[in-house]
Amino acid sequence: MSQIEEVSIAKFKHLVSERALTGETMLLNMGPQHPSTHGVLRLLLELDGEVIVNCIPDVGFLHTGIEKNMEAKTYQKAEVMTDRLDYMNPLGNNLAYCMAVEKLVDLDVPARAQGLRVLLVELQRIASHLVWLGTSGLDLAAMSMFMYCFREREQILDIFELVSGQRMMTTYFRPGGVWRDVPVEFEKAVRDFTSIFSKRIDEYEKLLTKNPLFIDRTVGLGKLDASVALSFGVTGPPLRASGVDWDLRKARPYMGYEQYDFNVPVLKDGDVYARYLVRIQELRESLKIVDQALNKLPLGPVRSANRKFVPPPRSEIGVDMEALIHHFKLWTEGFSAPKASIYSAIESPRGELGVFLEGDGGPKPYRIHMRTPSFDNLSVLSQIVKGHLVADLVAILSSIDIVLGDIDR
Amino acid sequence: MDKKLEPIVKAVQEKFGATFEEFRDEVHLFVKPEQIVEALTLMRDEQNFELLSALTAVDYYPQEAPRFHVIYQLTSVAKNLSVQIRMPVNGSSPKVPTMTGVYSVGVWRERELLDMFGIEFEGHPDPRRILSPEDMEGHPLRKDFPLGYEEPQFTFNFDEIGSLKPFAKE
Repeated sequence: MSQIEEVSIAKFKHLVSERALTGETMLLNMGPQHPSTHGVLRLLLELDGEVIVNCIPDVGFLHTGIEKNMEAKTYQKAEVMTDRLDYMNPLGNNLAYCMAVEKLVDLDVPARAQGLRVLLVELQRIASHLVWLGTSGLDLAAMSMFMYCFREREQILDIFELVSGQRMMTTYFRPGGVWRDVPVEFEKAVRDFTSIFSKRIDEYEKLLTKNPLFIDRTVGLGKLDASVALSFGVTGPPLRASGVDWDLRKARPYMGYEQYDFNVPVLKDGDVYARYLVRIQELRESLKIVDQALNKLPLGPVRSANRKFVPPPRSEIGVDMEALIHHFKLWTEGFSAPKASIYSAIESPRGELGVFLEGDGGPKPYRIHMRTPSFDNLSVLSQIVKGHLVADLVAILSSIDIVLGDIDR
Repeated sequence: MDKKLEPIVKAVQEKFGATFEEFRDEVHLFVKPEQIVEALTLMRDEQNFELLSALTAVDYYPQEAPRFHVIYQLTSVAKNLSVQIRMPVNGSSPKVPTMTGVYSVGVWRERELLDMFGIEFEGHPDPRRILSPEDMEGHPLRKDFPLGYEEPQFTFNFDEIGSLKPFAKE
């Protein structure tokens, strides 16, 4: 890296059309520093006038080696890295990781902790969809959406701060339960939010759903076929907007999702507008789950009583020799997992967030792979933007809802 | 094992002589590299595994045979089933056939494996690194690649450490 190299077209010869080699079409860099790429994403576009002939996404600007770093940490300490993956969905990442560890070591989770996890993850889904709605509105010049969405998101982040002390990098869920029980103000804070939010969704819809300018810029754009989507591993709202009814919360319920009454919105069109409608309906469904989870939230412990994996409470350490030994063992060496591998997945706001975890009998993961949904969802972009205008690329990209921290890991 | 999975595992076992392991109700089928494209085609077309959820690898350094396991986590949306196919790969600079023709997921995920593990996929349409810089040496997720750290610069050793850094000086 000691010299500056000129980028030559020879490197991308197999990805562009022959007209680019003769100079008939133009190659244009969009990003990495561009407000509409939602992070540091570089798109190399081959343009015929203003029409996109080919699109070559270039990712990896945010690569921080999270998977490698996690291999060097114990199971408890590796969890903080997961917050930094998909920074719009830290609680969801925590949940995916904790579920993987719990499956690998066969650890139980008390009912109250399960209820809290569902409640907070659904609030996180709402917060994540609000960022998507705000920023994609901004991309389509609906500037006020951004202000309204971030107003409500702020309220959710305040709830996270209340329970975990952090607005974003929470690490609130721990293997075997949650960090500690929620404070007494929690119930009021959530009820304050749920009581206003339903009306706020109506307000968003008034601004966009039937707005002719918005419809002009979204309907029929970026059509994604169901078979193409499945082949490229696209999951989450883009897949459901293409007519495939696949939601892991319904298909393989985890954390007691089977107790809650909610629908999975599925649409057939597969365009930007369908993806918008799916997410708007998901906001309402998530709100329903939050309400039910709060009403049903059982009382009881929030951490597993299995002392081999979960540290004892402070009050026990002073009076119980056994507890002191467990505490010492867990915070010096950590707990060990069997020499085996598992794969567990959850439905994150962006799709299937899977964790492949392999233990080697010691206290550190031998290999951990986070199957992040944005990575596969973005890989289909080059297929669906061909023949559209550059201005529409912005709408299509934001409708996929990528997070670059999630892609680059 | 899930009852619905039994006939599928049996079919793959008979056709490819695959062995299988089970852990926490998950089934891992072992398939040889030369059979992988055929096996995945069978899973997709005859057994309805439309979605390749995850494609990753594990490095068992210093073991050489097999050094890597390439892992294909398959999901059937129609039947709501999951099965994992593991492909043991020998040697430190392996070449295996690409399966981008079966699942397009591989177009990016196989590039990631090339980048992180140095596993080459023969016949891949776009064999470039994806996450790390093009001119990087080594493959970070291999077990013989050091985690690495940067020594902090203080006033007494600022120039000494600065001179070792690889960036352009002018």
